[in-house]
Amino acid sequence: MSEALDTEAVYRTDALIAEDIEKYLDVHQHKTMLRFITCGSVDDGKSTLIGRLLYDSKMIFEDQLAALEADSKKVGTQGQEIDFALLVDGLAAEREQGITIDVAYRFFATEKRKFIVADTPGHEQYTRNMVTGASTADLAVILVDARKGVLTQTKRHSYLAHLIGIRNIVLAVNKMDLVGYSREVFDKIVADYRAFAASIGIADFVALPISGFKGDNITSLSPNTPWHAGPTLMAHLETVEIEASADAEKPFRMAVQWVNRPNLDFRGFSGLISAGKVRPGDAIRVLPSGKTSTISRIVTLDGDLKEAVAGQSVTLCLADEIDCSRGDVIAAADAPVQAADQFEAVIVWMDEQPMLPGRPYWLKLGTQTVSATVTEPKYQVNVNNMDHLAAKTLELNAIGACNIATDRRIPFEPYAENRDLGGFILIDKMTNATVGAGMIHFALRRADNVHWQSTDISREHHAAMKNQKPAVVWLTGLSGAGKSTIANLVEKKLARMNRHTFLLDGDNVRHGLNKDLGFTAADRVENIRRVGEVAKLMTDAGLIVVTAFISPFRAERDMVRGMMQPGEFFEVFIDTPLAEAERRDVKGLYKKARAGQLKNFTGIDSPYEAPVAPEMRIDTTAMTPEEAADAIIRALIP
Amino acid sequence: MSLTHLERLEAESIHIMREVVAEAERPVMLYSVGKDSAVMLHLARKAFFPAPPPFPLLHVDTTWKFRAMYELRDEAARDAGMELLVHHNPEAQEKGINPFDHGALHTDMWKTEGLKQALDKWGFDAAFGGARRDEEKSRAKERIFSFRSANHRWDPKNQRPELWHLYNARKNKGESMRVFPISNWTELDIWQYIHLEGIRIVPLYFAAPRPTVERDGLLLMVDDDRFPLRPGETPQMRSVRFRTLGCYPLTGAVESTATTLPEVIQETLLTTTSERQGRAIDKDAGGAGMEKKKQEGYF
Repeated sequence: MSEALDTEAVYRTDALIAEDIEKYLDVHQHKTMLRFITCGSVDDGKSTLIGRLLYDSKMIFEDQLAALEADSKKVGTQGQEIDFALLVDGLAAEREQGITIDVAYRFFATEKRKFIVADTPGHEQYTRNMVTGASTADLAVILVDARKGVLTQTKRHSYLAHLIGIRNIVLAVNKMDLVGYSREVFDKIVADYRAFAASIGIADFVALPISGFKGDNITSLSPNTPWHAGPTLMAHLETVEIEASADAEKPFRMAVQWVNRPNLDFRGFSGLISAGKVRPGDAIRVLPSGKTSTISRIVTLDGDLKEAVAGQSVTLCLADEIDCSRGDVIAAADAPVQAADQFEAVIVWMDEQPMLPGRPYWLKLGTQTVSATVTEPKYQVNVNNMDHLAAKTLELNAIGACNIATDRRIPFEPYAENRDLGGFILIDKMTNATVGAGMIHFALRRADNVHWQSTDISREHHAAMKNQKPAVVWLTGLSGAGKSTIANLVEKKLARMNRHTFLLDGDNVRHGLNKDLGFTAADRVENIRRVGEVAKLMTDAGLIVVTAFISPFRAERDMVRGMMQPGEFFEVFIDTPLAEAERRDVKGLYKKARAGQLKNFTGIDSPYEAPVAPEMRIDTTAMTPEEAADAIIRALIP
Repeated sequence: MSLTHLERLEAESIHIMREVVAEAERPVMLYSVGKDSAVMLHLARKAFFPAPPPFPLLHVDTTWKFRAMYELRDEAARDAGMELLVHHNPEAQEKGINPFDHGALHTDMWKTEGLKQALDKWGFDAAFGGARRDEEKSRAKERIFSFRSANHRWDPKNQRPELWHLYNARKNKGESMRVFPISNWTELDIWQYIHLEGIRIVPLYFAAPRPTVERDGLLLMVDDDRFPLRPGETPQMRSVRFRTLGCYPLTGAVESTATTLPEVIQETLLTTTSERQGRAIDKDAGGAGMEKKKQEGYF
């Protein structure tokens, strides 16, 4: 029955195309675009629903349909009927397993709108994939199997959609055909969902009784549910207000992507307007510098514009020659964005390797990429019941609230106000993988309240009094490589040369400053961070610091390098093969580690990342500790 | 004021191109002279105006494209004020690899291998491609910034999550990115935009009388005298046009009388077969043909 009605709707479009293509093109030109995400568990019929939307909006061609019919018989799960799910399950691996493994984007259009659907799997990797798909969505369709009602997964999907800031929620109660189109079943599910939605802050949603398989209430009202007054799913998708258009009413913001400078006479700032509108003559402020100017031109290939709005990519010229580069934000002068270097944010972890509090990651927000560290989570969210749990780190697919510190002040807005200036990704500095995504809640007050107190005796003064150039000689290598022995010799020789030195030794520091730390990856990171800060204070005091720490991770050694003045960090790789260090086993630690009595031992069950380009490499199998110390001093003080 | 879908798509594509130019060391735009390439090039001109696009165009040529494509290619590059680089796989050239005698090997050597050679030769670390997600199932899952290992392989199970408008373009030396700025455009969007913006495309997209033969279910155009006619085959003048353009011996024409853009769009909308259907390349290895090619480094 509903099949016949669907065909009619398609036919009307075809008639217009055939009779008056120019008019059709004109209609199509004025379409808007809605991006949405469908969320459901493995058997909720998500792929079938998307396949149905593509089919009903005539996005499936005859050859695809023929292939689909053949596939349906071969691997389909719907007997002799067409299995719409096969249309959208793309990759070979998942066709074999019968699951979707990643985010896929589908397209269809009606006379009113173009649609982009993010299709995300409902199984294990759900959090990472769903958050990714939802990040660009204007609307979420939460699918519920009418036979099963509101499940844990339903709550999880709703929480994630809400977390990402999607305000348009559709509760699609699917497979109504399998419950005899019962109004009681539908009403009960809607009531259950309403109670839950309110508890997590979802203010409003639209509930629809549908069957993706049979086509009920997809494009036309189903005679099987006379008690449902509408709308159909398609009608709702076609008319719901798009959030992006609301952004145009906010104060103007544009992150500068690229400075366009083809010649000395032209200097434009290119970017995507993330909120508000802009006109020539508008007063603007560049963040974080705070400098002000006015817009002189909005330049495009099609001629200068009188106005540009949120969602457009433009190039702006300013009336004054002020500093402005990639990463800066141009904002309305009377309503600028904030800038800060410490934040509270919700983080979604997306990597197999758990988050390491204290480790520096690249943080990309807007068009700026800065170095940032994350604290231990204040809490982790149990996505099944939204309880807050205590956590030391975040594992793959975990969500938690953390504090973040960036190495410089960055312009931002709270995520709730602006997705583009409040959402960020975290990138592993070694693998370059995108390991996490975050949403800024607010800047921490202390970022504003802690200031640098300037002192009159400068670090140069300290160094001059000692008649030396401060430095950090950073010895890294396996346990038993000979670091402490060589460090001790280096310091003795420097002392004989009347240099003012201090030796920071791994074991010694762990008796005091770092006695609260263990040997997990997270604690190793914090251990090195503290030692780095101490070494930095000592170089400020003019000292030559010698350190002897395994310091197994490249990222943290690079972090310490970044804390020092250029040229002050002298990394020495004490290169002793594992077999040799284990043979020496001065402290008997390898024996214990091999016996399983010592966990997280570098080289045994915890990795050592050798330096890529150290200032110096000492091969301890080729020279004595004396020779090594002499070589280091020769290189350090030429 | 609400932006139309084409305005949103245009803004997104421009944003993507500027991110690449800001973050990559040596970007290049792959230019295949087809309608998608034409749109991509037009968007690049918009993205960097008044500067010319700050990267060269690269055509990985097979020597078997339609003659009309070579003509437009050189003019388009000149009009945009961009350098045009053309690469021919020397090995394929030497062995005389051609679509008539070598089947799948032709695509593999000229295009897949040729592309890798060209990227390595000039040291490009980011290459724009005009692929769209609506073209084919495995493309629907590919990121906009698609990371490739040092030997150009794509790992569909290990893609970087792509959130908001944030693209992670970081990579180690030797690794590269393929970037697809028109991922979210559909075939209709492309046609609509060409119409709206008056973008110049190869005349082969419009119907005209052309010499053709029917072979293996495809209507092939005899574009030059390298086309070996089989016994009994005589080229016939038919009014045809092409929905996609590739190597002429591999690209099927459709019979048509559409000589204007609205007419072409009209036919496209009323047609009942999908766009890539005229291409032989997708049919290898069952449904997984394109996915396999992509893993090996094909665009």
